[in-house]
Amino acid sequence: MTMSMQLSHLAPQIAVLLGAAATLLVAMFAPRDRQWLNAPVALVAIAVAAGLQVGLLGGVPVLAFDGLWALDAVTNVASLAILAATALVVPLVPRWLAPDARHGEYYPMLLLGALGAMVMAAATDLNELVVGVVLSSVTGYVLAAWHRRSAWSVEAGMKYFLVGGLANLVLLVGVTLAFAAAGSTWYPALASRLDGVDPWLLVPATAMLVVGLAFKAGAVPTHSWVPDVAEGAPAPSAAFVTVVPKIGGLVALARLLAVVPPDSSGWRVVVATVAVLTMTIGNLAALGQDDVRRLLGWSSVSQAGYALVAVAAVGASDRALPALLLFLVVYAVANIAAFAVVTALRGRTSLADYAGVARRQPGLAVALIVAMLSLVGIPPLAGFAGKFAVFTAGIDAGLTWLVVAAVVNTVVSLAYYLRVVAAMVLRPSPHDVHRLGPWSSTAVGVATVLLVVLGLLAGAVLEVASGPLAG
Amino acid sequence: MLTTAILVPLLGAVAVAVLGRRWSDGVARAVGVGVTIVPLALVVAAWAAFDRSSPELFQLVTEVDWIPTLGVGYRVGVDGIALAVAGVTAVVFTAAVAHPAETRGIAHQYVAWFLFLESASLGLFFALDLVLFYVFFDLSLVGMYFLVSRWGHDDAERAALKFFLYTFLGSLSLLVGIIALGLSMDPITFDMRAIIDAQPLAAAGHAMVVLVLVLVGLGIKTPVVPFHTWLPAAHVEAPATASAVLAGVLLKMGTFGLIRIPYAMMRETFADAAVVVGIVAVISILYGALVALGQGDLKRRIAYTSVNHMGYVVLGVAAAGSVLTGDEAARGLALTGATVQMVAHGLITGALFLLTGSIWRRTHDFDLDHYGGLLATVPLLAGATILASFASLGLPGLAGFVGEFQIFVGTFAVLPVLAGIGLLGIVITAALFLQLLQRLFLGELPEDLATMPDLDPVERTTLAGLLALVVLIGVAPRFLVDTANAAASILVGG
Repeated sequence: MTMSMQLSHLAPQIAVLLGAAATLLVAMFAPRDRQWLNAPVALVAIAVAAGLQVGLLGGVPVLAFDGLWALDAVTNVASLAILAATALVVPLVPRWLAPDARHGEYYPMLLLGALGAMVMAAATDLNELVVGVVLSSVTGYVLAAWHRRSAWSVEAGMKYFLVGGLANLVLLVGVTLAFAAAGSTWYPALASRLDGVDPWLLVPATAMLVVGLAFKAGAVPTHSWVPDVAEGAPAPSAAFVTVVPKIGGLVALARLLAVVPPDSSGWRVVVATVAVLTMTIGNLAALGQDDVRRLLGWSSVSQAGYALVAVAAVGASDRALPALLLFLVVYAVANIAAFAVVTALRGRTSLADYAGVARRQPGLAVALIVAMLSLVGIPPLAGFAGKFAVFTAGIDAGLTWLVVAAVVNTVVSLAYYLRVVAAMVLRPSPHDVHRLGPWSSTAVGVATVLLVVLGLLAGAVLEVASGPLAG
Repeated sequence: MLTTAILVPLLGAVAVAVLGRRWSDGVARAVGVGVTIVPLALVVAAWAAFDRSSPELFQLVTEVDWIPTLGVGYRVGVDGIALAVAGVTAVVFTAAVAHPAETRGIAHQYVAWFLFLESASLGLFFALDLVLFYVFFDLSLVGMYFLVSRWGHDDAERAALKFFLYTFLGSLSLLVGIIALGLSMDPITFDMRAIIDAQPLAAAGHAMVVLVLVLVGLGIKTPVVPFHTWLPAAHVEAPATASAVLAGVLLKMGTFGLIRIPYAMMRETFADAAVVVGIVAVISILYGALVALGQGDLKRRIAYTSVNHMGYVVLGVAAAGSVLTGDEAARGLALTGATVQMVAHGLITGALFLLTGSIWRRTHDFDLDHYGGLLATVPLLAGATILASFASLGLPGLAGFVGEFQIFVGTFAVLPVLAGIGLLGIVITAALFLQLLQRLFLGELPEDLATMPDLDPVERTTLAGLLALVVLIGVAPRFLVDTANAAASILVGG
């Protein structure tokens, strides 16, 4: 094992932190009509962080900072995905929050939320993992409840907070039990000491860790906040919290489970069960939705289920981790693209209000159709490559039944995505459809192009994401 | 050359969709035909460049990496079978785009979806990579969903949704099978040529499971009984030109895949299952014919004949793959026949559906009871329908006969009982088409049809083009048979 204390290994995260501080200063000192300046400031910070992270690509996997920080292909790709997702959310904010006096303070929350997710993805110690989870959660609650005077937004934030409080508690109990079992919270120590631990201790410890992180992923049984946040929170917040914590949480889960013995802890069965329940419940609930934002929320739950197929395959197939990362990258872009369209359409939410969007705003309609077809996994869009990689990893790991469940769910999901498509394309529109300025439309355009390009470059992403875990 | 044939309609689709907003119906269709001429010419050129005596199965191969860590690449090439179905694809698409249809004021989008669909179809037939094959397989669903739902009849949205969901289930079943095939290679690859050479699942315990997954996926697309229930709804609600493409080209993806994947890549397992596949084929033949006979709706009747005709193709492939060695000549004949039948069915049923479109334009009615005695009123329409119907029922001298004859001769040598039962289907098909012609063109002429106009010049051209090929293949089938046989003789071995 290589140890290091080089500051450069944390440079991207430091850049994000400095960015958060800078945006906070701008928020405090810029006049109200200049608060939007924080958007470019945040984008610069993200760009710097991403550049530094790219500089770390291809290095030898190391455990940095007394072994608490994994610097490997997984950290690199997860961090880049989190940064890219955040960068796509930032342009949604300025026009949406233009009437809001506290507009500028939104950006430090976004950046700190991204930082929390990055910490989760790279943590190799349970205590540090908890730090990441809490940072990500606390900022997430604020982002969800941002519109203080909107009952919907406050309810979304409240529900997020209540479920989150419970889930974080479960996570902490899990951490405690794991410490009791191994005498350490450090992953390499867990890897060597958990073999032969009494299953009566190990099984509940693992299950609680899974449930605690499932909250971040928006997976069963701690998923109930997702549709409410998708519907009630500001659309940019919905885009952010259905994506960024999910990346951090699922990568953290995969990294953690890689050091837990699968047979004595039974985690593979637990994760597979959670995966099936998550995708099925998400899809069945989405089927009946007449509210597009809620529908996207439930769809985001079901997508966590597909990602968990790759998590369940960790350790049984070398293809699992790269597949998980590719899937999360393409899911992030597609989901943000969809919420970006919602934002650009000024947050319209009822399915009936989507009638005729294809004729009135063909560009946005095409973008939403592309995003949804990518979420289904229609080739050659990026979503196909993600699902293909996940399915391949699942079958490779001998989890064919789980892949079959994912396949059946994919067919079901097509039905509700097509309801939105049909509303936009086949029904006439009674009114003009207005959009929310050029910022959000730019995000829509970039995300849509990415969905096509990432489909063609999926091989390169898998290449970068392949590599041994540090430690 | 092949890549250009895939890309030109795709780029054409984008260009038409973006630039054509103000185009009239006629302009959009004319531009569309202009685009479809390119792949047609390229397929003809590929046909000319193809060396039929080469021992190499695939020619004109191009290869580019796509997802190298998973062994996925953009790989295209053709054998004689791909060339034959690509040929019918290019022809049917040109005719379908040219044929008049109600484009509802958005002709540019209508044409764009056809071009998109042509790109997907050609891509599928040229694909030499299983994942690429799947990509185009899925894209064809997307294109057809939009064509049916936007330009279809009253209940089109529901029919299109059913079509998409049902066939998407099939394509995902196929995907799981494909992944299992790719994973069985070491290192993992989805290169069709490598898999055909390696026969990776020959001794594997789960080979039959993989075969069933693949067969279900392809069976839904073909469709064979009992997976056919999406077909009548889609056909009845689809605009006639889309029906022509659906029956003429998209159904071939199922049987073409049957030859490419189970037959070529899983010989031993397929041989074990061939009798069951043959039985399913015979059931499709008989069931399709009998149900078609019972339909009073013109379009529904023709739709069900597709179940019957695709059944012949499946029977031919089952016969060709029923044993690993021996009877090479007969099995080769059955496989060649299956290919010729795919081409013939594409042209004939394409023409028949375009004719239903012409009839719909004039009457907005598909109920056969409302017709009769039209022979003298619309002699050209009647003549074309009669010619296409006779071709479809397998009259010697027309295209339908060649393929069916080869299939049955080949099948009698290896699966005689099934061939014998299957022959009954031809009798029923003859009855159903003769009765169809009688109800349309003979008997008493309803008053409101007395002034029905005959085919206009565009309709005459598209139908003449398709039917000329039907006659050509019927009279001088060598060019087609030799090309198909170049692949068949390599595939059956010996």
